[in-house]
Amino acid sequence: MEQKEKISSKEMLNNLMANHYKSAMEAKANGELVAWSTSIAPQELLETMDIKVVYPENHAAAIGARKEAQKFIDDAEGRGYSIDLCSYARVNIGYKNIQYADAENIPLPDFIFSCDNICHTVLKWYENLAKDLNIPLIVFDMPFNHTYDVPDHAVKYMKGQIEEAIKRLEKISGKKFDHDRFREVMEQSNKTSQMWKDASMVAKAKPSPLNGFDLFNYMAAIVTSRGTKEGYELFKRWKEELEEKAAAGLGPWKPGEEEKFRVMWDGIACWPYLGPTYKGLKNNGINMVTSTYPDSWTILYETGDVDGMARAYSSNYVNRNLNYGVDNIVNLINEFSLDGVVFHSNRSCKLMDFRQYEVQREVEERTGVVSVIFDGDQTDPRAFSTEQYNTRIQAFLEMLENRKEERRKG
Amino acid sequence: MFFLGIDIGSSSSKAVLIDENKNILASAARNIGTGTNGPSIVVQEVLEAAGIARDQIQFTVVTGYGRVNYTQADKQITEISCHGKGIAHLIPGARTIIDIGGQDAKVIKLSQDGTVENFVMNEKCAAGTGRFLEVMARILNCNINELSDLSLKSKHDIIISNTCTVFAESEVISQLAGGASKEDVAKGADNAIASRVAGLARRIGIVPIVAMSGGVAMNPSVVASLSREIGEEITVAPHPQTVGALGAALFALEAYQKKEKN
Repeated sequence: MEQKEKISSKEMLNNLMANHYKSAMEAKANGELVAWSTSIAPQELLETMDIKVVYPENHAAAIGARKEAQKFIDDAEGRGYSIDLCSYARVNIGYKNIQYADAENIPLPDFIFSCDNICHTVLKWYENLAKDLNIPLIVFDMPFNHTYDVPDHAVKYMKGQIEEAIKRLEKISGKKFDHDRFREVMEQSNKTSQMWKDASMVAKAKPSPLNGFDLFNYMAAIVTSRGTKEGYELFKRWKEELEEKAAAGLGPWKPGEEEKFRVMWDGIACWPYLGPTYKGLKNNGINMVTSTYPDSWTILYETGDVDGMARAYSSNYVNRNLNYGVDNIVNLINEFSLDGVVFHSNRSCKLMDFRQYEVQREVEERTGVVSVIFDGDQTDPRAFSTEQYNTRIQAFLEMLENRKEERRKG
Repeated sequence: MFFLGIDIGSSSSKAVLIDENKNILASAARNIGTGTNGPSIVVQEVLEAAGIARDQIQFTVVTGYGRVNYTQADKQITEISCHGKGIAHLIPGARTIIDIGGQDAKVIKLSQDGTVENFVMNEKCAAGTGRFLEVMARILNCNINELSDLSLKSKHDIIISNTCTVFAESEVISQLAGGASKEDVAKGADNAIASRVAGLARRIGIVPIVAMSGGVAMNPSVVASLSREIGEEITVAPHPQTVGALGAALFALEAYQKKEKN
């Protein structure tokens, strides 16, 4: 045990993810149930039932980062799926057919667990999977919040779906849902969520001990292990490491590599181009300190409170209205002392792109920070140009430098 | 003292040589861009025109898409900042710049003191760029410089609705087959670019004085269409194609002065 506590969070992350994929494959081989779930779904129900779950979006991201998305995309497009469809969907549909990736492998599901608080493409993408594989489909419809806060009638609607899902799970698994265990899982999920958030908040220090591209790596674990003690321990260790670095005044990179500017990243990572997108910023002394990711999995509610749980799941920022989206970024700019915002105009994600220009305009108006939009895609490697990205980032840097110079002159 | 600005674009190379008082001593432009000997030709041309040798230049700044691969400059700065710098010098008080080059179209917002406040660029495709006009010129079997003359003789409005250059190409071919005149098609192409670029400009907010730079600004019919579309007068920079190179030369002078001060 002593020795276990000494390993780095990076190793813990690698072990956790390796075990996540391995144990799912083993479960399937042993005839246990496996679910495919969207990334911000009420995993508490599956954890309570002790059902193995894997996350196609996470898996697609891993495939993208490994630069092997194209073959799955080609497969899906060859079957008639449009190039305009989300590339996570195309990668996953291709994977369902090919069933082997060098990056990681996931077993085929026995049922589908889909929650549309992240986007509406998942509704049809996951329904399609269920139909194709002829397996049960559990859907949580969490309507987009046109009002600033989640309205009570939506909470009621979602609570009903959670209760219904429990019945469906009992039927699918042939096991009784254990409400005491449910409370334990709720408590653990909240603890892990809070620790993920707390760790990411250490990046408020100046310089930030966190290179925000690490958020993209650790995010894998908050998706897969939010309901587990292992997830909690990982983020606790990560937080300790970041706090140690912050206390020592260490920045995100090697000593001597100065954090000249602090920015946030809006949107999903550009997985096939993590290297170029990272270096384009780092080589100019720009550190991505935070993003909209930390709050996406900060799902907090009182243990035992299913209404609160429904509300928390519906509160994901992409499911909230424009004013909330703007406030969210303005708060991050203030809390993290940011100099600018990098917006990823992500060809795959219509929901995020839809309001991006207006969010950018309002954020600039309210905070005066500079920002830049670049074109890319979360996993389709054909929709990004490194040269164009670098030109935009360099022009962004020149604006950041101008602002700094103006401030210096007063 | 001499300061050199080089702008290596996707389809043309430009150079401007200035002295310490910001006087333009020579400028040159060639319609071959990055990856060709265009940059060395235009540098040679300005050196010869001014009658000086390369080693007499105090500082060189390179800009444009080819800047990264050009090794003989002291510094590289993006074309966004260089167009801002060049326009602020040529057209004092300009607040909005529309620059349409071979590969991209951009709209730059300048602050009152002429620094870049914000910018937008065309996304994901060639719509609204010089490349679009090149394709149109090819279909109409004319030189790109002749497009404007054709367009000004247009009698009927034709709408080219596709923003995708490849789609627009087929659209135009079918319109020509259907009897549309070359003149009307040329005008339709101008309007297509204008509406696309006006969309970009509105996104960032159009504040007069609106200035235009880049090679496409030499096409008066595109400028007229664009001006009508945005509802503002457009001041075309003198020698619009070399504005980026001029901005680079001005940055070279500033960088040199800063270096000397330290």
